[in-house]
Amino acid sequence: MTTTTAPVLQRAGHLPRWAPWVILAGAFVAAFLLLTVISEPTIASVALVGGILFVVAVWAASRAVEGPRRAKDRLATSLVTGAFILAMIPLVSLVWIVLARGASLMSWDFLTTDMTGIFGDMREGGALHAIIGTLWVTGIASLISIPLGIFTAIYLVEYGRGRLARAITILVDVMTGIPSIVAGLFAFAFFTIIVGPAYRSAFMGAIALAVLMTPVVVRSVEEMLRLVPNELREASYALGVPKWLTVVKVVLRTAIAGITTGVMIAIARVIGETAPLLMTTGIIATTNNDPFEGRMATLPVFAYRQYAQGGVGVERAWAAALTLVAIVMLLNLVARLVSRYFSPKGIS
Amino acid sequence: MSKRIDVKDLNVYYGDFLAVEGVNMTIEPRSVTALIGPSGCGKSTFLRTLNRMHEVIPGARVEGEALMDGQNLYAPDVDPVQVRRQVGMVFQRPNPFPTMSIADNVLAGVKLNNNRIRKSEAEALVEESLRGANLWNEVKDRLDRPGSSLSGGQQQRLCIARAIAVKPQVLLMDEPCSALDPISTLAIEDLMAELKDEYTIVIVTHNMQQAARVSDRTGFFNIAGTGKPGHLIEMDDTEKMFSSPSVKDTEDYISGRFG
Repeated sequence: MTTTTAPVLQRAGHLPRWAPWVILAGAFVAAFLLLTVISEPTIASVALVGGILFVVAVWAASRAVEGPRRAKDRLATSLVTGAFILAMIPLVSLVWIVLARGASLMSWDFLTTDMTGIFGDMREGGALHAIIGTLWVTGIASLISIPLGIFTAIYLVEYGRGRLARAITILVDVMTGIPSIVAGLFAFAFFTIIVGPAYRSAFMGAIALAVLMTPVVVRSVEEMLRLVPNELREASYALGVPKWLTVVKVVLRTAIAGITTGVMIAIARVIGETAPLLMTTGIIATTNNDPFEGRMATLPVFAYRQYAQGGVGVERAWAAALTLVAIVMLLNLVARLVSRYFSPKGIS
Repeated sequence: MSKRIDVKDLNVYYGDFLAVEGVNMTIEPRSVTALIGPSGCGKSTFLRTLNRMHEVIPGARVEGEALMDGQNLYAPDVDPVQVRRQVGMVFQRPNPFPTMSIADNVLAGVKLNNNRIRKSEAEALVEESLRGANLWNEVKDRLDRPGSSLSGGQQQRLCIARAIAVKPQVLLMDEPCSALDPISTLAIEDLMAELKDEYTIVIVTHNMQQAARVSDRTGFFNIAGTGKPGHLIEMDDTEKMFSSPSVKDTEDYISGRFG
């Protein structure tokens, strides 16, 4: 049986499914030809001019065939997609470059040896000491900032009223904007006063990183706690559950997936910090496992130093960068698993 | 298992704003008391004072007395947490804990309070409470599924099961059926009729027919105008309230000739 559509409901016209792709190809060809006439075409210029031509051409074609409303829709679609591609370019190219350049020296040996006795153009040696150092420094910084940040956020959301809470919120906002070098200087000055001028240790660097990390944790956890519906708190109170147990077992439990993600973002934010570690934790060629005494190598500082040396050092710097990216990815993966495990179960 | 509540000269404030003024009321044990009235007249606010849930809102406070079997709930040495264990509450919108299974939702009052309970006792309590809420037959095969997987009416009955699992003396219901369809509403009304053998029930409702169907006594709240405090206009046996109320406002409201 055939159905007839009433004239008012009929579409004015419709671009075939393949039309945008044809227009896209056409736009790139046109851009290439245009640029060959004017000057030398490059990938970037063809992509840029072709992209603009595509957006305009799709809009015009759609307006002619499908009418102004569909044309606006297509315009918005191509602009949004364009913005997405634009945002992906630096990300993909960064990962690609780190992979390509870091792979040349990346090996099991690189991950399991340190730089003891390596000099000149020797290609041996690795980043074990820097990996250990990064884990120490970031680990201690996390141990300080995660509880501190979570408790501050709980205070702000569940308990804080009036002036004190407002003051804390403003201070946290200000702290979020602190340049990392200032945090390094703070730790430097702090330990110079407390311990003495020549003191260097992983702990010192961890304090600097904790200053940077705490506000990020506070902010993200605060957002997550505010997302927990008030009805759940009331349901818990109505069952005769005291406030602190409600916070621990209902609010934190409901928000744990988001909190994990937020904490991971905070860790990723500080794990690559170079400047504050340069003046607090320093650099050394051997493995140091005492976080409270002596310099310790970290991956960002190691990469920085090796790159500055040039030669084979540049390769080591890229390999160290690759290691750092891999660690961050690994942490993210763990966070994803944790948040999937804990997230509220919906209709399944 | 049920207690009477006497409310004397109760004023309820949000900060400096007087929301409900001068309520005197007796709530009989083993009966259903319905509170009706237009939106914003303070019924829900008043209801929340009966288990001290009102004060979880910052700045909210109460003057006057609410006596449960002679004990003033607002005496200085009374712990609001203990009050809430005696006076349970069901909210307007079903709010099962999204991170918990159906069984854990029923046991929430026990588990969230860190009380240990033997497995056999827990299972018995889950069954008893879900049977009490008329939900057992529908969920007995999927107790470990999340509470949010149930339909709205089932979720509300789950919330009732959760409230009666802590064995309160009084059950407060704040428009428990307003988010539900007529069939689920009927299920909950039937449930109320059963529960009143054991509990003192106070229900706030916008639905006059519902008040007439389920309640033994009805209280009518009204408000003189925006920004003015709500008052308890009249309270009597439901039958009398719906046939021959003594105040004209009540009659107007009930017969729909309001305002």
